[in-house]
Amino acid sequence: MSQKITVVENILSANDQIAQKNRAAFDAAGVFVVNMMASPGAGKTTFILKTLEALQGRLRMGVIEGDLATSIDAEKALAAGIPAVQINTGGDCHLDAVMLAGAIPALPLDQLDLVIVENVGNLICPASFNLGTHMNLLIASIPEGDDKPYKYPTMYRGVQALIISKIDLLPYVPFDMDYFRQGVEMLNPGLVTFPVSARTGEGMQAWADWLVERVKAK
Amino acid sequence: MHELPITQNILEIALRHAEQAGASEIKRIDILIGQYSSFVDDSIQFYWKIIAAGTIAENAVLHFQRVPVEFTCQDCGAVYEPQEDTFACPRCLSPRVRVTRGEELRVESIEIETP
Ligand SMILES: Nc1nc2c(ncn2[C@@H]2O[C@H](COP(=O)(O)OP(=O)(O)OP(=O)(O)O)[C@@H](O)[C@H]2O)c(=O)[nH]1
Ligand SMILES: [Mg+2]
Ligand SMILES: [Zn+2]
Ligand SMILES: [Zn+2]
Repeated sequence: MSQKITVVENILSANDQIAQKNRAAFDAAGVFVVNMMASPGAGKTTFILKTLEALQGRLRMGVIEGDLATSIDAEKALAAGIPAVQINTGGDCHLDAVMLAGAIPALPLDQLDLVIVENVGNLICPASFNLGTHMNLLIASIPEGDDKPYKYPTMYRGVQALIISKIDLLPYVPFDMDYFRQGVEMLNPGLVTFPVSARTGEGMQAWADWLVERVKAK
Repeated sequence: MHELPITQNILEIALRHAEQAGASEIKRIDILIGQYSSFVDDSIQFYWKIIAAGTIAENAVLHFQRVPVEFTCQDCGAVYEPQEDTFACPRCLSPRVRVTRGEELRVESIEIETP
Protein backbone atom coordinates (compact mmCIF):
# COMPACT_ATOMS: atom_id res chain seq x y z
CA MET A 1 0.00 0.00 0.00
CA SER A 2 1.26 3.44 -0.92
CA GLN A 3 1.15 6.22 1.64
CA LYS A 4 2.29 9.83 1.95
CA ILE A 5 3.88 10.91 5.24
CA THR A 6 4.32 14.51 6.31
CA VAL A 7 7.87 15.18 7.54
CA VAL A 8 8.57 18.96 7.61
CA GLU A 9 12.09 18.68 9.04
CA ASN A 10 14.98 21.07 8.47
CA ILE A 11 17.70 19.30 6.49
CA LEU A 12 20.37 20.77 8.78
CA SER A 13 18.63 19.69 11.99
CA ALA A 14 21.43 17.23 12.85
CA ASN A 15 23.96 20.07 12.60
CA ASP A 16 21.71 22.27 14.76
CA GLN A 17 21.65 19.64 17.51
CA ILE A 18 25.45 19.51 17.68
CA ALA A 19 25.50 23.32 17.60
CA GLN A 20 23.31 23.37 20.71
CA LYS A 21 25.85 21.15 22.49
CA ASN A 22 28.65 23.52 21.47
CA ARG A 23 26.66 26.43 22.86
CA ALA A 24 26.14 24.59 26.14
CA ALA A 25 29.91 24.01 26.41
CA PHE A 26 30.61 27.71 25.74
CA ASP A 27 28.01 28.84 28.27
CA ALA A 28 29.28 26.43 30.92
CA ALA A 29 32.75 27.95 30.52
CA GLY A 30 31.34 31.49 30.44
CA VAL A 31 32.95 32.32 27.11
CA PHE A 32 31.43 34.46 24.31
CA VAL A 33 32.04 33.04 20.84
CA VAL A 34 31.96 34.87 17.50
CA ASN A 35 31.64 33.14 14.12
CA MET A 36 33.53 35.40 11.71
CA MET A 37 32.83 35.01 8.00
CA ALA A 38 34.06 36.71 4.83
CA SER A 39 35.42 36.07 1.37
CA PRO A 40 39.06 34.88 1.00
CA GLY A 41 41.47 37.72 1.73
CA ALA A 42 38.86 40.12 3.15
CA GLY A 43 41.22 40.72 6.06
CA LYS A 44 39.84 38.31 8.69
CA THR A 45 43.14 37.28 10.29
CA THR A 46 44.52 40.83 10.24
CA PHE A 47 41.28 42.09 11.81
CA ILE A 48 41.44 39.48 14.59
CA LEU A 49 44.99 40.51 15.49
CA LYS A 50 44.08 44.22 15.44
CA THR A 51 41.02 43.48 17.59
CA LEU A 52 43.35 41.85 20.11
CA GLU A 53 45.41 45.05 20.22
CA ALA A 54 42.37 47.32 20.52
CA LEU A 55 41.02 45.23 23.41
CA GLN A 56 44.14 46.14 25.39
CA GLY A 57 43.78 43.21 27.74
CA ARG A 58 40.12 43.92 28.58
CA LEU A 59 39.13 40.41 27.42
CA ARG A 60 41.07 37.15 27.44
CA MET A 61 40.82 36.02 23.85
CA GLY A 62 41.42 32.82 21.88
CA VAL A 63 40.89 31.89 18.24
CA ILE A 64 39.83 28.93 16.16
CA GLU A 65 41.07 29.15 12.58
CA GLY A 66 39.18 27.34 9.81
CA ASP A 67 40.95 26.83 6.49
CA LEU A 68 40.86 24.31 3.67
CA ALA A 69 44.52 23.52 4.48
CA THR A 70 47.63 24.99 6.20
CA SER A 71 48.04 26.33 9.75
CA ILE A 72 49.41 29.73 8.70
CA ASP A 73 46.57 31.67 10.34
CA ALA A 74 46.72 29.79 13.67
CA GLU A 75 50.46 30.34 13.80
CA LYS A 76 49.95 34.09 13.40
CA ALA A 77 47.60 34.09 16.38
CA LEU A 78 49.99 31.95 18.47
CA ALA A 79 52.80 34.35 17.59
CA ALA A 80 50.62 37.17 18.96
CA GLY A 81 50.53 35.26 22.24
CA ILE A 82 46.96 33.94 22.32
CA PRO A 83 45.62 30.36 22.40
CA ALA A 84 44.78 29.19 18.89
CA VAL A 85 43.74 25.99 17.18
CA GLN A 86 43.58 25.24 13.49
CA ILE A 87 40.80 23.28 11.80
CA ASN A 88 41.60 22.03 8.31
CA THR A 89 38.39 21.17 6.52
CA GLY A 90 40.20 19.19 3.85
CA GLY A 91 38.23 20.72 1.00
CA ASP A 92 34.94 21.56 2.70
CA CYS A 93 33.91 25.14 1.95
CA HIS A 94 32.55 25.91 5.44
CA LEU A 95 32.87 24.95 9.09
CA ASP A 96 30.07 22.90 10.58
CA ALA A 97 29.10 22.22 14.18
CA VAL A 98 30.87 18.84 14.26
CA MET A 99 34.19 20.33 13.11
CA LEU A 100 33.91 23.03 15.76
CA ALA A 101 33.05 20.46 18.44
CA GLY A 102 36.31 18.68 17.58
CA ALA A 103 38.35 21.85 18.12
CA ILE A 104 36.78 23.02 21.39
CA PRO A 105 38.76 20.68 23.71
CA ALA A 106 42.05 22.11 22.39
CA LEU A 107 41.26 25.57 23.87
CA PRO A 108 41.41 26.44 27.59
CA LEU A 109 37.80 27.75 27.52
CA ASP A 110 37.66 28.29 31.30
CA GLN A 111 40.48 30.82 31.03
CA LEU A 112 38.94 32.80 28.15
CA ASP A 113 36.24 35.49 27.82
CA LEU A 114 36.09 35.59 24.03
CA VAL A 115 36.79 33.15 21.21
CA ILE A 116 36.74 34.29 17.60
CA VAL A 117 36.19 31.54 15.05
CA GLU A 118 37.60 32.45 11.63
CA ASN A 119 35.43 30.53 9.20
CA VAL A 120 36.63 29.33 5.80
CA GLY A 121 36.95 32.22 3.34
CA ASN A 122 33.72 31.86 1.36
CA LEU A 123 30.67 34.07 0.74
CA ILE A 124 28.22 31.34 -0.25
CA CYS A 125 27.39 28.90 2.51
CA PRO A 126 29.07 29.37 5.93
CA ALA A 127 26.12 31.34 7.34
CA SER A 128 23.85 28.36 6.65
CA PHE A 129 25.70 26.16 9.15
CA ASN A 130 24.90 27.07 12.74
CA LEU A 131 28.00 26.49 14.92
CA GLY A 132 26.47 27.26 18.31
CA THR A 133 28.32 30.57 18.56
CA HIS A 134 26.71 33.65 20.13
CA MET A 135 27.19 36.01 17.20
CA ASN A 136 27.72 35.72 13.45
CA LEU A 137 29.95 38.47 12.10
CA LEU A 138 30.55 39.31 8.44
CA ILE A 139 33.55 41.22 7.14
CA ALA A 140 33.03 42.97 3.81
CA SER A 141 36.16 44.63 2.42
CA ILE A 142 36.12 47.68 0.18
CA PRO A 143 38.07 46.12 -2.76
CA GLU A 144 35.43 43.37 -3.09
CA GLY A 145 33.01 45.97 -4.45
CA ASP A 146 29.71 47.55 -3.41
CA ASP A 147 27.47 44.97 -5.11
CA LYS A 148 28.20 42.07 -2.74
CA PRO A 149 24.96 42.27 -0.70
CA TYR A 150 23.05 41.87 -3.97
CA LYS A 151 25.15 38.93 -5.15
CA TYR A 152 25.53 37.06 -1.84
CA PRO A 153 22.34 37.92 0.07
CA THR A 154 22.36 34.73 2.14
CA MET A 155 25.51 35.79 3.99
CA TYR A 156 24.11 39.24 4.76
CA ARG A 157 20.90 37.69 6.07
CA GLY A 158 22.70 35.34 8.44
CA VAL A 159 24.74 37.75 10.59
CA GLN A 160 24.20 39.97 13.66
CA ALA A 161 27.04 42.42 12.98
CA LEU A 162 28.95 43.70 9.96
CA ILE A 163 32.47 45.04 9.60
CA ILE A 164 33.24 47.12 6.50
CA SER A 165 37.01 46.64 6.31
CA LYS A 166 39.92 48.25 4.46
CA ILE A 167 38.24 51.68 4.41
CA ASP A 168 41.73 53.17 3.92
CA LEU A 169 41.31 52.00 0.30
CA LEU A 170 38.17 54.11 -0.35
CA PRO A 171 40.15 56.84 -2.19
CA TYR A 172 41.61 54.30 -4.60
CA VAL A 173 38.76 51.96 -5.55
CA PRO A 174 35.24 52.78 -6.79
CA PHE A 175 32.82 51.92 -3.98
CA ASP A 176 29.37 53.48 -3.59
CA MET A 177 28.86 53.29 0.18
CA ASP A 178 25.20 54.35 -0.01
CA TYR A 179 24.36 51.66 -2.56
CA PHE A 180 26.18 49.06 -0.46
CA ARG A 181 24.53 50.05 2.81
CA GLN A 182 21.05 50.25 1.23
CA GLY A 183 21.37 46.63 0.10
CA VAL A 184 22.48 45.57 3.57
CA GLU A 185 19.66 47.50 5.27
CA MET A 186 16.99 45.90 3.07
CA LEU A 187 18.31 42.38 3.71
CA ASN A 188 19.02 42.81 7.40
CA PRO A 189 17.29 45.90 8.84
CA GLY A 190 19.17 47.66 11.63
CA LEU A 191 22.31 45.51 11.31
CA VAL A 192 25.07 46.89 13.57
CA THR A 193 27.86 48.06 11.26
CA PHE A 194 31.45 49.20 11.90
CA PRO A 195 33.55 50.72 9.10
CA VAL A 196 37.21 50.04 9.98
CA SER A 197 40.73 49.95 8.67
CA ALA A 198 43.01 47.38 10.24
CA ARG A 199 45.82 49.20 8.50
CA THR A 200 45.37 52.71 9.96
CA GLY A 201 43.42 51.57 13.02
CA GLU A 202 40.46 53.82 12.16
CA GLY A 203 37.22 52.52 13.68
CA MET A 204 38.92 49.71 15.59
CA GLN A 205 38.38 51.31 19.00
CA ALA A 206 34.62 51.76 18.51
CA TRP A 207 34.34 48.12 17.46
CA ALA A 208 36.42 46.84 20.37
CA ASP A 209 34.43 48.92 22.90
CA TRP A 210 31.15 47.58 21.53
CA LEU A 211 32.48 44.02 21.63
CA VAL A 212 33.51 44.38 25.29
CA GLU A 213 29.97 45.57 26.10
CA ARG A 214 28.44 42.63 24.24
CA VAL A 215 30.66 40.09 25.97
CA LYS A 216 29.99 41.59 29.41
CA ALA A 217 26.22 41.78 28.78
CA LYS A 218 26.05 38.08 27.95
CA MET B 1 31.35 20.58 -1.94
CA HIS B 2 28.75 20.77 0.84
CA GLU B 3 26.04 18.86 -0.99
CA LEU B 4 27.44 15.51 0.20
CA PRO B 5 26.58 16.03 3.88
CA ILE B 6 23.26 17.56 2.82
CA THR B 7 22.45 14.40 0.88
CA GLN B 8 23.37 12.25 3.88
CA ASN B 9 21.06 14.33 6.06
CA ILE B 10 18.15 13.94 3.63
CA LEU B 11 18.64 10.17 3.60
CA GLU B 12 18.85 9.99 7.39
CA ILE B 13 15.65 12.02 7.82
CA ALA B 14 13.75 10.00 5.19
CA LEU B 15 14.86 6.62 6.60
CA ARG B 16 13.98 7.61 10.17
CA HIS B 17 10.45 8.68 9.23
CA ALA B 18 9.96 5.66 6.95
CA GLU B 19 11.04 3.25 9.66
CA GLN B 20 8.60 4.77 12.15
CA ALA B 21 5.83 4.11 9.64
CA GLY B 22 6.95 0.52 8.98
CA ALA B 23 7.80 1.16 5.33
CA SER B 24 9.28 -1.47 3.02
CA GLU B 25 10.26 1.11 0.42
CA ILE B 26 10.57 4.88 0.01
CA LYS B 27 9.23 5.88 -3.40
CA ARG B 28 9.46 9.64 -3.37
CA ILE B 29 10.92 12.43 -1.25
CA ASP B 30 9.67 16.00 -1.49
CA ILE B 31 12.23 18.67 -0.64
CA LEU B 32 11.89 22.44 -0.40
CA ILE B 33 14.92 24.53 -1.36
CA GLY B 34 14.75 28.30 -1.00
CA GLN B 35 16.64 30.49 -3.46
CA TYR B 36 18.46 32.06 -0.47
CA SER B 37 19.37 28.73 1.15
CA SER B 38 22.80 28.48 -0.60
CA PHE B 39 22.19 24.93 -1.81
CA VAL B 40 21.61 23.54 -5.28
CA ASP B 41 19.84 20.33 -6.13
CA ASP B 42 21.89 19.04 -9.09
CA SER B 43 24.67 17.51 -7.05
CA ILE B 44 22.30 16.17 -4.39
CA GLN B 45 20.72 14.02 -7.08
CA PHE B 46 24.19 12.90 -8.15
CA TYR B 47 25.27 11.86 -4.65
CA TRP B 48 21.97 10.11 -3.99
CA LYS B 49 22.77 7.13 -6.22
CA ILE B 50 25.91 6.40 -4.21
CA ILE B 51 24.65 7.21 -0.74
CA ALA B 52 21.23 5.57 -0.83
CA ALA B 53 22.45 2.35 -2.48
CA GLY B 54 21.42 -0.72 -0.49
CA THR B 55 18.76 1.11 1.54
CA ILE B 56 14.97 1.12 1.12
CA ALA B 57 15.39 4.59 -0.39
CA GLU B 58 17.68 3.62 -3.24
CA ASN B 59 14.98 3.91 -5.89
CA ALA B 60 13.32 6.97 -4.40
CA VAL B 61 12.58 9.86 -6.73
CA LEU B 62 13.86 13.12 -5.25
CA HIS B 63 11.49 15.94 -6.01
CA PHE B 64 12.86 19.44 -5.42
CA GLN B 65 10.59 22.40 -5.17
CA ARG B 66 12.57 25.60 -5.55
CA VAL B 67 11.15 28.52 -3.61
CA PRO B 68 11.92 31.92 -5.18
CA VAL B 69 12.89 34.68 -2.78
CA GLU B 70 10.03 36.93 -1.79
CA PHE B 71 10.16 40.39 -0.19
CA THR B 72 7.27 42.21 1.47
CA CYS B 73 7.11 46.00 1.57
CA GLN B 74 6.50 47.37 5.09
CA ASP B 75 4.95 50.56 3.69
CA CYS B 76 2.52 49.50 0.96
CA GLY B 77 2.33 45.75 1.59
CA ALA B 78 3.47 44.74 -1.91
CA VAL B 79 4.81 41.18 -2.14
CA TYR B 80 7.43 40.80 -4.86
CA GLU B 81 10.53 39.11 -6.24
CA PRO B 82 13.35 41.68 -6.18
CA GLN B 83 15.30 42.86 -9.20
CA GLU B 84 18.96 41.96 -9.51
CA ASP B 85 20.44 45.31 -8.51
CA THR B 86 17.96 46.55 -5.91
CA PHE B 87 15.72 45.02 -3.28
CA ALA B 88 13.51 48.12 -2.95
CA CYS B 89 9.74 47.91 -3.39
CA PRO B 90 8.89 48.09 -7.11
CA ARG B 91 5.51 49.70 -6.36
CA CYS B 92 6.27 52.54 -3.92
CA LEU B 93 10.12 52.43 -4.07
CA SER B 94 10.33 52.13 -0.27
CA PRO B 95 13.52 50.64 1.16
CA ARG B 96 11.62 49.47 4.25
CA VAL B 97 11.25 45.86 3.17
CA ARG B 98 11.58 42.36 4.62
CA VAL B 99 12.56 38.96 3.23
CA THR B 100 9.48 36.82 3.81
CA ARG B 101 10.17 33.64 1.81
CA GLY B 102 13.00 31.83 0.06
CA GLU B 103 15.22 30.57 2.90
CA GLU B 104 13.62 27.13 3.27
CA LEU B 105 15.67 23.94 3.34
CA ARG B 106 13.32 21.17 4.40
CA VAL B 107 12.19 17.63 3.77
CA GLU B 108 8.45 18.20 3.38
CA SER B 109 7.09 14.68 2.93
CA ILE B 110 7.89 11.16 1.81
CA GLU B 111 5.87 8.61 -0.08
CA ILE B 112 6.30 5.07 1.18
CA GLU B 113 5.17 1.53 0.41
CA THR B 114 4.03 -0.60 3.36
CA PRO B 115 3.71 -4.38 3.20
N1 LIG C 1 44.81 48.25 2.83
C1 LIG C 1 44.44 47.36 3.73
N2 LIG C 1 44.83 46.07 3.60
C2 LIG C 1 44.44 45.18 4.54
C3 LIG C 1 43.63 45.56 5.64
N3 LIG C 1 43.37 44.45 6.39
C4 LIG C 1 44.02 43.42 5.78
N4 LIG C 1 44.67 43.85 4.66
C5 LIG C 1 45.48 43.05 3.73
O1 LIG C 1 44.63 42.11 3.06
C6 LIG C 1 45.33 40.90 2.81
C7 LIG C 1 44.58 39.70 3.35
O2 LIG C 1 44.51 39.79 4.76
P1 LIG C 1 44.22 38.54 5.69
O3 LIG C 1 44.05 39.06 7.06
O4 LIG C 1 45.19 37.46 5.47
O5 LIG C 1 42.81 38.08 5.10
P2 LIG C 1 41.96 36.76 5.44
O6 LIG C 1 40.55 37.13 5.22
O7 LIG C 1 42.32 36.25 6.79
O8 LIG C 1 42.46 35.75 4.33
P3 LIG C 1 42.18 34.17 4.22
O9 LIG C 1 42.20 33.61 5.62
O10 LIG C 1 43.30 33.68 3.39
O11 LIG C 1 40.85 34.05 3.55
C8 LIG C 1 46.71 41.07 3.42
O12 LIG C 1 47.60 41.47 2.41
C9 LIG C 1 46.50 42.18 4.44
O13 LIG C 1 47.66 42.94 4.70
C10 LIG C 1 43.23 46.94 5.74
O14 LIG C 1 42.50 47.37 6.66
N5 LIG C 1 43.66 47.78 4.76
MG1 LIG D 1 42.87 34.30 7.38
ZN1 LIG E 1 29.82 24.84 2.16
ZN1 LIG F 1 5.94 49.44 -1.28
